[in-house]
Amino acid sequence: MRFYRALLRLYPESFRADYAAELARTFEENVRHRGRFGAMVAAVADVVPNALAVHWAILLQDLRFTARTLNGSRGFAIAAVLITALGVGANTATFSVADFVLLRPLPFKDPNAIVRLCEGPRDGSGWGCMNELSPANFRNAATDTRSFEGWGAFTGASVNMVGSGEPVRIGGYRVTAQLFPVLGVPPMIGRTFDTTQAGAADAASLVLSWGLWQTQFGGDQQVLGKTLRLDGVPYSVIGVMPRTFQFPDEGAQLWMPLIFRDDDYSDRGDTYIHAVGRLKNGVTFEQGRADLAAVFDRLARDFPETNAETGFSYFRQRDFVLPQFRLMLLALTGASLCMLLLTCANIANLLLARAASRERELAVRASLGAGRDRLVRQMLTESVVLAVMGAVAGVVAAALAMPLLSRLVPPTMPLASVPVLDIRVFAIAAVFALLTGLGFGLLPAIRVGGTTGFEALREGARGGGRRQRLRSTLVALEVAVSVMLLVSSGLLIRAVLRVQAIDPGFTSDGVLTLRTALPSPKYDSAAPRAVFYDRVLSQVRALPGVEQAAYTSGLPMVLTGGIAGVVVPGYPEQNRRRDGVSFRLISEDFFDALRIPLKMGRDLEENDTPDRQLVAVVSESFVEHYWPGQDPIGRTFEVRAQSRTVVGVVADIKVRGLERSNEPQVYIPARQPPDDGLGGLYVPKDLVIRAPGQGLALLPAVREIIRTADVEQPVSSVRMMSAVLEGQTETRTAQLRVLGALAILALLLAGVGIHGLLAFTVAQRGREIGVRLALGAQPSLVARMVVSEAARLTILGIVPGLIGAWAAARAMRALLFGIPPEDPLTIVAAAALCLATAMLGALRPAIRAARVNPISALKAD
Amino acid sequence: MPSEFDDVQAMLPLPPATFHILLALTNDVRHGYAIIQDVETRTNGELRLSAGTLYRSVARMVEQGLIAEVAKRRTAADDERRRYYRITPFGTTVARAEMRRLTDLVRLAHASGLKPRPA
Repeated sequence: MRFYRALLRLYPESFRADYAAELARTFEENVRHRGRFGAMVAAVADVVPNALAVHWAILLQDLRFTARTLNGSRGFAIAAVLITALGVGANTATFSVADFVLLRPLPFKDPNAIVRLCEGPRDGSGWGCMNELSPANFRNAATDTRSFEGWGAFTGASVNMVGSGEPVRIGGYRVTAQLFPVLGVPPMIGRTFDTTQAGAADAASLVLSWGLWQTQFGGDQQVLGKTLRLDGVPYSVIGVMPRTFQFPDEGAQLWMPLIFRDDDYSDRGDTYIHAVGRLKNGVTFEQGRADLAAVFDRLARDFPETNAETGFSYFRQRDFVLPQFRLMLLALTGASLCMLLLTCANIANLLLARAASRERELAVRASLGAGRDRLVRQMLTESVVLAVMGAVAGVVAAALAMPLLSRLVPPTMPLASVPVLDIRVFAIAAVFALLTGLGFGLLPAIRVGGTTGFEALREGARGGGRRQRLRSTLVALEVAVSVMLLVSSGLLIRAVLRVQAIDPGFTSDGVLTLRTALPSPKYDSAAPRAVFYDRVLSQVRALPGVEQAAYTSGLPMVLTGGIAGVVVPGYPEQNRRRDGVSFRLISEDFFDALRIPLKMGRDLEENDTPDRQLVAVVSESFVEHYWPGQDPIGRTFEVRAQSRTVVGVVADIKVRGLERSNEPQVYIPARQPPDDGLGGLYVPKDLVIRAPGQGLALLPAVREIIRTADVEQPVSSVRMMSAVLEGQTETRTAQLRVLGALAILALLLAGVGIHGLLAFTVAQRGREIGVRLALGAQPSLVARMVVSEAARLTILGIVPGLIGAWAAARAMRALLFGIPPEDPLTIVAAAALCLATAMLGALRPAIRAARVNPISALKAD
Repeated sequence: MPSEFDDVQAMLPLPPATFHILLALTNDVRHGYAIIQDVETRTNGELRLSAGTLYRSVARMVEQGLIAEVAKRRTAADDERRRYYRITPFGTTVARAEMRRLTDLVRLAHASGLKPRPA
């Protein structure tokens, strides 16, 4: 019998209350007829499906009832669904980006074992890839360590491709044959470079990315063996990588072999490669670090002239995310969780208000025999239905927000750039929805269930003090969360404004730039380059509207490297890494085109030719560093093994970027290139055209000029210089938009919450207000009561909100660009905004309170 | 406003167990176990409702207004601790409608020339 009673627990409580005794009696009769065992087997087969059916029937009934009640109070239903959608949507979207960048495994075999190696400061400071490696140092790292299964090296090698149509510039990489096996990704078609015989056989081979295979070969399966002319040299296709393979970043369209000759190993200071390795099975990341440290210690001892200051930076591929990105994603995750909290508080408040207004209905139903469990279950069904509807709307909202959020994916990641909404994300959305639905449906449901019928009936519509306190606390919490978000966004706005206010040192308005990367070996010597530049520049300058045009080896904020060492007479031997200068080859007119002011001496001129004195123009910080307080004109220094005379001084520019520290700048004439040849980095390739008001309209004419100068020369990277400058704050702006949107939503929710609470209070206390008015209280006094209640709630929320905001701002200090977390302007503005919203929310309830008609209010009960 | 006719039609066709329970209560007030026995006898042992099925049906039928619980024992012979059920007028109407539906169906079958296999 105990067995059967336990079995009956499968039925809902309400059903048990009515029929358990009867069922038990029938079971007893069965035992008499069939024997104990037979009856038990039959009972299991009978109770399980029937209990499920009863639950199902109740669920259907509750759903029907929910549909009816929600239809009857559509305003409430819409508000609840929208609020849930906000919370779930914000969290789903943020989670999907954070998951994409921080959590999801990279598309390589056993991705956690993949590490990156670069050179870095000897003391191990600095973060990320500070410097490229030299092939010689790379070789030592690869052969003298025991912790790694293998190492691959790569270096950027963009090429001009002349195919069927316009010549195009293509982002490519030269990679060692080992790179593909280290990453553990097999090609989709064909093979990758041969690792067995030093790779020499593959010297003229290439591996296509999925994207280039599609655009250039239309996804042709028979692509193997076909040739592409890159920088004038034919390469034959040996393989195609799968679509998910984006290494080292999404700009990689093809891979050519990187083959080291013996003389590539001769100079340890010649750094231009990146390394990627795979840890052996069972070797920890830190063991790998110790192994590398020993190698670099030895290199520093053995080769002090190049390696004394050279250490290494070593990190997992996974962690190749700038700390600012990581921090921002964490901040957004925090903000989204705040939104979820806010959502829950708001929904709970809505449900509490609703529960209070339905109290009598529920009490009546309870006294008519509806069990407490049925009522609680009914209310839960209602909140889960609302949560599910909200979640669906939320996921749709998240999908719509995705394009904005995808800008938060750091461009340095070997990932496709747009995160997708997938099953993981939906699962998270479901969890968030359940949290809001169950967690905050349960609270009011339990409170309702806890009120005994009589009490509720006697209490009438006056409501309990405890519930009122709970609702006030929830509203204060909403205010606190919005204050936190407002202060955080406010601080970020201040930071963006401060960054944007930095003077870049040049004027970007009306400057069009484009790149003509002159290929090797065609343009290896200076003479053909000079012909090309002269021809293009003279014709461009003749175009209507063009004020100046010039060539440079790198645009400010685009080419951030290009650092050379200098030797200044009377100065101790320099360290190239520490005391480098930003070294540029430019044509005349460059300073005018970018409006970089000339401070002393003269600009570079057309007759600064190789047969004349070798000259240079330096920036003011160069003078301050080497010749403080002295006249620099006519002084000499050595750069790239040539002695040069300073003929002019210009103002400094932010060559690396607005938020970064910048080396002093040294400019030399493009007509006087160094003797030791130019790496691709220094070949003048960026055309700068100042033509105010012309924008991109000039482009067809410029393209035509370049085509007539060299028909095989592609034009790439067309952009306005102002866009380059805007790009400096683009990430910040994207982050700010997201956080700002969350803050505004939070403020709205808090305002709605305050309005809801006060409107409800006024409705509930109509009788009391009526009595006060009847006893002679001024309507304005009543209205003031309501408003001061709103102010009280807001201040209750602002205080903890400011404390939370201060803590949050300290945690994201790295993003604030020196704005202090306790910035008074931001705090006052956020608090004022909150207070204003609260007052706005209180307006209608206050007016309603003042207009209460004492007679009808007193008659009502 | 739905008429009673609509309410009745919405019930049809009745699940077999429901129809049998209505039949068992047509002329008498019975408790649960008595309903099971009555159905079993009436169908010559072919249909034996399990307790779970019976009470699930009973719960639903009470809610639908087809049957009602009898508040007081009618005779001294009734078991004090049992719960007794009676058919409601609405239940009778629905049972009649179901009967009519089935009769019409059988008539249609006859008209199409179908003959039941002799038992």
